[in-house]
Amino acid sequence: MNTVAAVEPRHAAGQRIRERIFRGATLAAALLVLTLLGGVAVSLIKGSWPAFAHFKFGFLTREIWNPVTDQYGALAPVYGTLVTSLLAMLLAIPISFGIAIFLTELSPSWLKRPVGVAIELLAAVPSIIFGIWGLFVLSPILQRHVQPWLIEWLGPLPLIGKLFQGPPFGIGVLSASFVLAIMVIPFIAAVMRDVFETIPDVLKESAYGLGATTWEVIWKVVVPHARTGMVGGIMLGLGRALGETMAVTFVIGNAHRISTSLLAPGTTISASIANEFTEAVGDLYTSSLVALGSLLFLITFSVIAAARFMLLRLDRRALSSV
Amino acid sequence: MSGSAHRRRAMRKFTNALALGLSGLATAIGLAFLGAILWTLVKNGLAGMSLSLFTEMTPPPGDSGGLLNAIYGSVVMTLMGILIGAPIGMLAGTYLAEYGRTSRISAVIRFVNDILLSAPSIIVGLFVYEVFVVRMGHFSAIAGAIALAVIAMPVTVRTTEDMLNLVPQGMKDASTAMGAYPWRTITNIIYPAARSGIVTGMLLAVARISGETAPLLFTALNNQFWSTNLGAPMANLPVVIFQYALSPYKNWQQLAWSGALLITLTILILSIIARFVVSALNPGGKR
Repeated sequence: MNTVAAVEPRHAAGQRIRERIFRGATLAAALLVLTLLGGVAVSLIKGSWPAFAHFKFGFLTREIWNPVTDQYGALAPVYGTLVTSLLAMLLAIPISFGIAIFLTELSPSWLKRPVGVAIELLAAVPSIIFGIWGLFVLSPILQRHVQPWLIEWLGPLPLIGKLFQGPPFGIGVLSASFVLAIMVIPFIAAVMRDVFETIPDVLKESAYGLGATTWEVIWKVVVPHARTGMVGGIMLGLGRALGETMAVTFVIGNAHRISTSLLAPGTTISASIANEFTEAVGDLYTSSLVALGSLLFLITFSVIAAARFMLLRLDRRALSSV
Repeated sequence: MSGSAHRRRAMRKFTNALALGLSGLATAIGLAFLGAILWTLVKNGLAGMSLSLFTEMTPPPGDSGGLLNAIYGSVVMTLMGILIGAPIGMLAGTYLAEYGRTSRISAVIRFVNDILLSAPSIIVGLFVYEVFVVRMGHFSAIAGAIALAVIAMPVTVRTTEDMLNLVPQGMKDASTAMGAYPWRTITNIIYPAARSGIVTGMLLAVARISGETAPLLFTALNNQFWSTNLGAPMANLPVVIFQYALSPYKNWQQLAWSGALLITLTILILSIIARFVVSALNPGGKR
């Protein structure tokens, strides 16, 4: 190859100019990434300004959402976003942990790759598919088989009973949490697996040498060592659940109210925006929806930033899957 | 005494078996969900698979028709999104891996890029709406493509940087020792060496954006009819699936299922191809 030929003097100037252009282009692209995040923040704040100026602090504390009287408050969607995501995490964390353990400590090596790829494929399925599946397959199953059982057995209990009362709607907060859980499982499992794989074999082998069982090695050696990374992975999954749109929009029921019961329909920030944005007439309505978007941005930004911060210490190469 | 030691040992063994059994069960549950979703898609989607799906436009309720305009719109906007997003992402990834490897600004850019990578796509939709749609005064295919580009970009930044870092330092040094300027080394030595990795990253970016719905809702919107005008609203599979699945009309729901099967198969095939490219590039490598 003569493409890297020695630099002759008359070529040198041309080479230097091209070097400057190429370097400049890469730097400009890198800076564009940086400004993009700022641009998103600025445009959202600008778009939501009319709503915040009109409703002041009340936007955050009021449950009302009435396009007819032009009164908007963010409490119901914010509540729905937080409750569905937290419930989803409760369901997803143990299963993700189990999958990560299976993939790193249990699985025979011939099974490792197919199962790992299958779990990663679950992460590649677009969210609208989870939505349509959740609406037509999962919700009817929950309505017929799971929710009546919850109402009968958990409904009469003191304190937590209130969460499981009322008619089994099928669509609602609980169904949305289920779908969200299924969606974030592959993400959390992938991060946990990658974190577990960074633990030196010597540590595990010494514990085995002392006579520990596989579970004791996992619980007393692997988990303490991987704690920060595990929490980072969980937060990453939480960030995903908080901002997830299409899957939730299908199954949440889009009701702007706060119900004690998890079986009742509700709404989330992203579902409200997806459902109402193109139909919103009037500046205040549109601006209120953008203001909801700003709140979502603020919430997810904090969660994801915290997650990335925790994962920062790990080798980036070891986290290629996220 | 030895009795209690025996009991403790049995207890430990039992806990071990229980925990490992549960972890196997968790894996089975995860795989079952994938299987259940694919099964539903195939069962409901195959019924509507016919040639007319690819030759006819989206119909009014109750009429027969296909998804041609939606498929066309999805392909056009996905390609445009990649054509805009991937080169920028590749350049930025090149800066992070080569020119600014250790600089402080690179650390900040990496952090910001990781956040963009996980940012909710509906936020990107709102952003593009505020910046482009409001200014243009109407929804358009080009706004949809830009929204998809914003989502594709961080993916290519990340994969490009990772892949360039895999190129052995010795190759770079050899080129530099021949008197080549960095741009020459990068374009003639490093890019070819990392080619399959970079291609993988782009395939994954295509897979990621071709199913995105939320950012298209208020940028490209939808279009019942055939349109090749990039300045006007354009039909696309995800939004058609969204609208048709939630409609009460049987023929629309059937089209939604067929569209869902089509889009999922495309994405899964892209993801699997991408993985094969990686293992061809990196035989015996991790995973």
